[in-house]
Amino acid sequence: MTKRPLSVWEHAQLKGYSRREFVQFCTWLAAAAGIEASAVGQVVHALETKARVPVVWFHFQECTCCSESFIRSSHPIVADILIDLISLDYTETLMAASGHQAEAALHESMTKHQGEYLMLVEGSVPTADGGVYCCIGGRTARDILVEAAAGAKAIVAWGSCASNGCIQAARPNPTDATPIHELVSGKPIINVPGCPPIGEVMAGTIVHLLTFGRIPQLDGLGRPLAFYSRRVHDTCYRRPNYDAGLFVESFDDENAKRGYCLYKVGCRGPVTYNACGVMRWNAGVSYPIQSGHGCIGCSEANFWDNGPFYQHLAGFPGFGIETTADDIGVAVGAATAAGIAVHAVTTNIRKRKLLEVRNEPAGPAPSAGEKR
Amino acid sequence: MANLQRVYVWELPVRLYHWVNALCVTVLAVTGFMIGRPFFPHIGGEAWQNYSFGWVRFVHFTAAFVFFFNFLGRIYWGFVGNEHARWHQFLPFGKGRLRRQAKEIGQVLRVDVLLAKDESIESVGHNALAGVTYFATFLVFLFQSLTGFGMYAAMSDAKLPRLFAWIVPLMGGDFAVRQWHHVFMWFFVVFSMVHVYLVFYHDYVEGRGVISSMAGGWKFVEKPKP
Ligand code: HEM
Ligand code: SF4
Repeated sequence: MTKRPLSVWEHAQLKGYSRREFVQFCTWLAAAAGIEASAVGQVVHALETKARVPVVWFHFQECTCCSESFIRSSHPIVADILIDLISLDYTETLMAASGHQAEAALHESMTKHQGEYLMLVEGSVPTADGGVYCCIGGRTARDILVEAAAGAKAIVAWGSCASNGCIQAARPNPTDATPIHELVSGKPIINVPGCPPIGEVMAGTIVHLLTFGRIPQLDGLGRPLAFYSRRVHDTCYRRPNYDAGLFVESFDDENAKRGYCLYKVGCRGPVTYNACGVMRWNAGVSYPIQSGHGCIGCSEANFWDNGPFYQHLAGFPGFGIETTADDIGVAVGAATAAGIAVHAVTTNIRKRKLLEVRNEPAGPAPSAGEKR
Repeated sequence: MANLQRVYVWELPVRLYHWVNALCVTVLAVTGFMIGRPFFPHIGGEAWQNYSFGWVRFVHFTAAFVFFFNFLGRIYWGFVGNEHARWHQFLPFGKGRLRRQAKEIGQVLRVDVLLAKDESIESVGHNALAGVTYFATFLVFLFQSLTGFGMYAAMSDAKLPRLFAWIVPLMGGDFAVRQWHHVFMWFFVVFSMVHVYLVFYHDYVEGRGVISSMAGGWKFVEKPKP
């Protein structure tokens, strides 16, 4: 008899979880994945029957904050089971194996589960100078990515690095750090941006993949709609202050104490799609705006280049970092006004003759035959 | 100056479009600027007591819809209106038009912009340079509509804005969209300054009633020599 891979429920039983705890966990997962209550049964069923999904998790140009966020997902079972629920065959930061053993595990998993494994990528991939800026086991990140992507069922790009390049890709991007979706084609790719993404959002995305066996609904930028369809601004508890024109003018003023809106000190909430206002961080304790600091838009592309963070409009490159469109606009407007003034004076000089003709007393009245 | 004759240049839809557009653009630029840089003194009280910033945005969005449909109307009129309202006034497609237009632009530059020549130019509707400039403004109208509705789509379930949602990923996210939407507000400011000045200039130098033409539709042109 060949050994059938254990399902998640079977695994949980082995670990000593009760049925009740298992169902509670499923309910929590469903909520985390943004699945409605009536579909909890589906989640339970999936975890009862489906074998663990083989997963390989790559770390390229990144800081591991995504992994850190993930293992801090508020529900304890996430760390305990979700990591087990997926069969995490390779991940540089969490695996015990190292060196050749690790590489061997990766290759074994990739060949054994060809076309079946889930590929999670943390970090961007440098493409400058043949990709030498990020090598693992003597191979470039790009090589590894392309090879692994070929046999993956789906790819999840964790965090802003993998989704849009993040800080490595900020101007002048010396290593040509490139997000995953620009290097891989023909595979479903889910972008889960954020620096880092919220742990529950990461868990939710995986749960969706496991439960339904297909990728969640995505928006135009490849982000799961369940978590990225609303702007931070749309779910912000300071929003009534925004609508009432009550703004913090500087971080130490009276308005800041009153908890007014942080728009004028550069809050990126109105242009940032994320679930911070709803799910918050660290088991729902707080999120940047609640702590009195504007959103810096960490889940949006190019957010490092859209600074300074403490003003509403970005600085314009080449004009001094603090110069905004408005300053340039005022300058152009003033130049225009000056140009007009010069033009008006010159007109009176240069068009003397024409003006004289025009100012002559009118000749005979317009011919009578003209109709109105 | 007596041998002038009246010609009917701007039809009623064109005139209506012009003033509705002028009003909308003014309102949009002012409210837009307020959105980008809220400068009104704070009214006081707590959040539940007023909705001032909300109203500014409401006015911006309302004006945006009027602006947009007015713009669509003008595009339509570019196909069915009279000679002076038609598309080839702006974009010189067609036999010989391109060359004529290029020549006239050179002329306008010399005569009206650089003031190098003491003469005036005969064009009944738009002169060629103005035509090209207005075409550029149409492009900016389009850009503001695309970016504006693109942003609006995030806060609305209405069908119309949804049609423009694709612009956001194309431009790399809301921040970029917003930034450029803001930058192009300045185009309107500068354009309006130059536009109003030039209308006064032409009226002053040529005395053909350019200013009033946008009210009544009539301009004066020299009678053809018999
Ligand atoms: C003459 C045309 C227009 C001008 C000059 C203009 C100007 C502006 C400016 C300066 C801003 C502030 C951007 C910022 O710094 O945050 C803005 C915001 C905005 N505009 Fe426009 N706009 C125009 C047309 C439109 C149109 C046609 C729409 C379509 C709905 C639109 C929708 C918006 C939206 C949604 C915002 C963001 C408001 C918010 O989220 O609070 N605008 N506009
Ligand atoms: S604090 Fe930021 S997200 Fe919250 S209402 Fe103000 S601008 Fe919007």
